[in-house]
Amino acid sequence: MDEQYKTTVDAQQTPVIEPGHTFATVTEKISAIVLTRPASNGWFLGFGIAFLATMMMLYAIGYLFLKGIGIWGSTIPIGWGFAIINFVWWIGIGHAGTLISAILLLLRQSWRNSINRFAEAMTLFAVACAGIFPAIHVGRPWLAYWLFPYPNTMRVWPQFRSPLMWDVFAVSTYATISALFWFIGLVPDMATLRDRAAHPAARLIYGALSMGWRGSARHWHRYETAYLLLAGLATPLVLSVHTVVSFDFAIGIVPGWHTTIFPPYFVAGAIYSGFAMVLMLAIPIRKIYGLEDFITERHLQNSAKVMLATGLIVAYGYGIEAFMGWYSGDRYDAFTLWNRLHGPYAIPYWSLLICNIFIPQVLWIRKLRTSPVALFLVSGVILVGMWLERFVIVVVSLHRDFLTSSWGMYYPTRWDWMTYIGTIGMFLAAIFLFVRLLPMISIFEMRTLLPEAEVKE
Amino acid sequence: MSQIFHRSANTLSRATIFGAVFVIAALGWVAYEVQGSPYVTYAGVRKPQPVPFSHQHHVAGLGIDCRYCHTSVETSSFAGIPPTKTCMNCHSQIWTNAQLLEPVRASYRSGQSLQWTRVNQLPDFVFFNHSIHVNKGVGCNTCHGPVDQMPLMYQQESLQMEWCLGCHRAPQNNLRPRDQVFNMRYQPPTSAHPVVVDGQSYTDQVDLGTALVKKYNVRSVGDITSCNTCHR
Repeated sequence: MDEQYKTTVDAQQTPVIEPGHTFATVTEKISAIVLTRPASNGWFLGFGIAFLATMMMLYAIGYLFLKGIGIWGSTIPIGWGFAIINFVWWIGIGHAGTLISAILLLLRQSWRNSINRFAEAMTLFAVACAGIFPAIHVGRPWLAYWLFPYPNTMRVWPQFRSPLMWDVFAVSTYATISALFWFIGLVPDMATLRDRAAHPAARLIYGALSMGWRGSARHWHRYETAYLLLAGLATPLVLSVHTVVSFDFAIGIVPGWHTTIFPPYFVAGAIYSGFAMVLMLAIPIRKIYGLEDFITERHLQNSAKVMLATGLIVAYGYGIEAFMGWYSGDRYDAFTLWNRLHGPYAIPYWSLLICNIFIPQVLWIRKLRTSPVALFLVSGVILVGMWLERFVIVVVSLHRDFLTSSWGMYYPTRWDWMTYIGTIGMFLAAIFLFVRLLPMISIFEMRTLLPEAEVKE
Repeated sequence: MSQIFHRSANTLSRATIFGAVFVIAALGWVAYEVQGSPYVTYAGVRKPQPVPFSHQHHVAGLGIDCRYCHTSVETSSFAGIPPTKTCMNCHSQIWTNAQLLEPVRASYRSGQSLQWTRVNQLPDFVFFNHSIHVNKGVGCNTCHGPVDQMPLMYQQESLQMEWCLGCHRAPQNNLRPRDQVFNMRYQPPTSAHPVVVDGQSYTDQVDLGTALVKKYNVRSVGDITSCNTCHR
């Protein structure tokens, strides 16, 4: 038994891969899910429901294009409704994938190897869902390309001083790097699938996607260099993207938005909700596909610990907001705090505190931290809580303007809900396709965790 | 195991990666060129008119002032299209039997206006006002081109926003003394032909324009390039 493998066992932790596996069994087990396992009725049912929800979203968006954003609940003073709430929520969820694949890679955390692939897929699909909202909320979505600076016959540029503009760059960079990172990581596994596929069409498609990978030493050398460089590029994005998203609010002078705590607290919240989504996907997937050997208790526990830590940072953010409401001596900030606690949206605010701060404290208990069912439920609560957080930030801050004459209320319409639920459907439909068509766990990176992979001097 | 792809796939894939960059860049360039071309802007296109009215003949040949027909150009947003009666001031006396002018006489008899085809057409979301431009010293032919050389009317410029902003961002490059606005033969000042304003002689357009900006109280570039100056 090699040194590294022994230390993980010695530390009285569950290993990142159950003992007894060899190169062959790892490869066989993961590639069989894609290549030989028939699609079950459950898969068809799940995909069918998700697909229908996607169609519902397309219907809602089609009607939106026909009628305009008047069909939504957003109105003055709450000009930003579900579109921005959902955008921030989805972008935040994506962050866990990048953290797992890039930062944990650079920190040489071996437990990332079995969850990075589908966490990255989750990132991509979440960014795709997020990207829908800014594009459709602009009123004239066919002109959404005006967001990008390009040479034009109007001789005008977008407003570079606006954080919304920074958002365009942050999110489009993020989407590009995430897609590249995901694809580069897939190349060696594509070659494995190409070599194992029986059907000629599958061989052709996986063959094209593997881009001529033969596994030569030169290929591996280039691959490692490219992957490390992309990890280096992606690492600052984990922090920068949600920082820029928080600027959408923090740069504005609305009480409840105009605080310097926003960037760190948004980033922590993003990773918090992202890990919750990773667990909500990993727990059923490992059960259904029998992957408990690869996604072990250790992975669940580590993810739970990350959630606990980021959750406490988020709680600190709420605390500072409340403290500043009193300490600033600013009557508008004080009113914002009072209004959150006692105003017409008190129920969402209290629910948010319960979901994001109180319930996740059960993760201090080791028994619950290692129980898949408990973790699944807590993750669901956190996802709801993080959505409520964005609801409170957007709606509660806006609905009480400086002038009492412009106070108002926000009521989402059925079109808001159809679009939002539809993006969840689109996300799940993409995940359903992903687990059937691509290796959801990185085969070659799992192989490096095996004792066989250790080079003996 | 046999090879899945032919050897040519290597070359093809390299060409695809290389080609995609250039194809996308080329498509962007083509789109930009088409957007600025007369195909989109109609610049230089002679549109069909009910009567082939010649500005060249009436302005350069006969010396009629712009304002004889476009009466409201100094006081209104709209320069004005003359009624048939304006044509008939002369054409009830001369060329009374010309076949070419029959639509004009028919219009006069019936009281139905001539249906001219509009040549210089701005989008409806642009609020353009002729009087402010004329009164701040923008010459007719600065925008409309050498109308006195046009046998058939056409639009000289693209009328795209970049063209508007070209002047709004540097108005001193185009202003002339107010009394020269309707002079189709006006030449910008040179050392050989200086332009005199208030006893001061100017030999350079930028010097003249800067003085006129001050004299005519043209508002700051920030003001006249603000979105809601034109898009209200």
